[in-house]
Amino acid sequence: MNADITKLESIAKQVRRDIVRMVHGCQSGHPGGSLGCADYFVALYFQVLKHDPSFNMDGIGEDLFFLSNGHISPVFYSTLARAGYFDVKELSTFRKIDSRLQGHPTTHEHLPGIRIASGSLGQGLSVAIGAAQAKKLNNDDRTVYVLMGDGELQEGQIWEAAMYAPHNKVDNLIATIDVNGQQIDGSTEQVLSLGNLEAKWLAFGWDVLKTNGNNMSELLEALDEAKRRSGRGKPIIILMRTEMGNGVDFMMGSHKWHGVAPNDEQLATALDQLEETLGDY
Amino acid sequence: MIINFDLKFEPIDLRPLNADLISHISHLISEYMKKYTYTEKKDTRSGFGAGLHEAGKKNDQVVALCADLIGSLKMDAFKKDFPERFFQTGIAEANMIGMAAGLTIGGKIPFTGTFANFSTGRVYDQIRQSVAYSNKNVKICASHAGLTLGEDGATHQILEDIGLMKMLPGMTVINPCDFNQTKAATIAIAEYEGPVYLRFGRPAVPIFTDPDQKFEIGKAWMVNEGSDVSIIATGHMVWEAILAGERLEEMGIDAEIINIHTIKPLDEEAILKSVGKTGCVVTAEEHNRLGGLGDSVAQVLSKHLPTPQEYVAVNDSFGESGTPAQLMKKYGLDAESIVNAVKKVMERKK
Repeated sequence: MNADITKLESIAKQVRRDIVRMVHGCQSGHPGGSLGCADYFVALYFQVLKHDPSFNMDGIGEDLFFLSNGHISPVFYSTLARAGYFDVKELSTFRKIDSRLQGHPTTHEHLPGIRIASGSLGQGLSVAIGAAQAKKLNNDDRTVYVLMGDGELQEGQIWEAAMYAPHNKVDNLIATIDVNGQQIDGSTEQVLSLGNLEAKWLAFGWDVLKTNGNNMSELLEALDEAKRRSGRGKPIIILMRTEMGNGVDFMMGSHKWHGVAPNDEQLATALDQLEETLGDY
Repeated sequence: MIINFDLKFEPIDLRPLNADLISHISHLISEYMKKYTYTEKKDTRSGFGAGLHEAGKKNDQVVALCADLIGSLKMDAFKKDFPERFFQTGIAEANMIGMAAGLTIGGKIPFTGTFANFSTGRVYDQIRQSVAYSNKNVKICASHAGLTLGEDGATHQILEDIGLMKMLPGMTVINPCDFNQTKAATIAIAEYEGPVYLRFGRPAVPIFTDPDQKFEIGKAWMVNEGSDVSIIATGHMVWEAILAGERLEEMGIDAEIINIHTIKPLDEEAILKSVGKTGCVVTAEEHNRLGGLGDSVAQVLSKHLPTPQEYVAVNDSFGESGTPAQLMKKYGLDAESIVNAVKKVMERKK
């Protein structure tokens, strides 16, 4: 892989700025998980995925990405805009009336890049499996990606899907779990322990990889390795350790910035830590 | 029939009476009911199975998913002939609905199959977000709807599914009345773009509609034209309405019977035209009185043409174990209940 790590990191900085500004702009939304996953989104859309920003719902011949934990919509919207799916100026409409950038992603407003509504948790893995099966029926050899939160794994539907994919050898699927260890009411350990995630997914029959989601080189290596392992009869899952709030010191290491917007002063502090690399919207 | 002219007590204007008399006599000598006969009874779920197989033959984009009820849903023929397009999901309905939504991305036309209870209430949020709100071309096909599921009892007899599904924006809701209509409906929804809920049942019921019918989504079917009362029925209750119409004919009542197979979008024009003529209406459905066809009809009438209406439906209760016939009788969902409701509503229109 010939990735320009510095360039990708630079884009991720701008995405983080966008996230904080968007959430501040409407005084609502979920900055914590969005910041933590900025590197993953940039890695996907600027390096890994074969995709077309002119956007076609069926995405024949393209890699597809589904976001299951829809509340981290700010990072999704910023990445899509920066990748050319729509004008970055539209980011300023996030969560406001008459916007295509709804609080949680939806196809309902026809925003390019969104293929399914998400927000009610636990549904994205099933959708991704369906899309992966459609690719097989269409003899389309591209890959389907899906991101889930770790708290989201408390939903039962995830485990229905987890059972289905290995049984049916859905091996054109690369799932990722954002393991930040936090959810609204506290750490996942405190709220409802996820136990040994690696052992669980292995027991279900998945090919399991682990990576650091806030280190661009390691992340790209894991995504590259996942791609190499696809097509071998097993679905693949990446346990991606991230830091909630990554990039903004006062938002890191706590569940408290899961769904809280910064005030003016906090915004200024945050932006001081995030270089403007591509020009603010 | 005895017509009692009693002029001893007070004088009567004979002109309107004469008009009534003429109308009565003409009613007595005419036949109100179009004759419906049947030679065979079959379950509507088999109509679905046959329609799915046909749809699969016509279009290779049609795929089917089933949550461990292939035999009950009569999906065997599709599975046998198109194994690569058939997905056994196991007892995991939420995953099935999500997968169906995903399969549409890439152009597939997925039909999901399980009991009505597990097709709706169990997976409501999955349908709401991944199918309806996302506007995915998924066909949710639901068997064993209502009381006629029988002996399994109330855990499996959903009577709220029409209400649940019609409340979802963009969802089409179809409840056909016999084998032929269910087969035609199944083929028709494969050709329609958008989410659909197709409801059918378990028991063998008379086949009385045309095997070669063209199924038009959203278009009411006139079963019998009449002038005294409109009976608007859906699903298994259409045959009961025909039986009721025959008894009403013997009583000198000319019932108009309409089959509403598509509850949403509702054929408002057909309903208003009929009720405008008859002045009273009985709705009949194998569903809770709250939230079903009756409520949809009432909403149209209250806005455009307030009219006396009686509901033949389950009176806000759960079902129980029993044979389908026993249950339909006990819960007031048979021809006799329709006849009684007609008498009541005709009293109210006076």
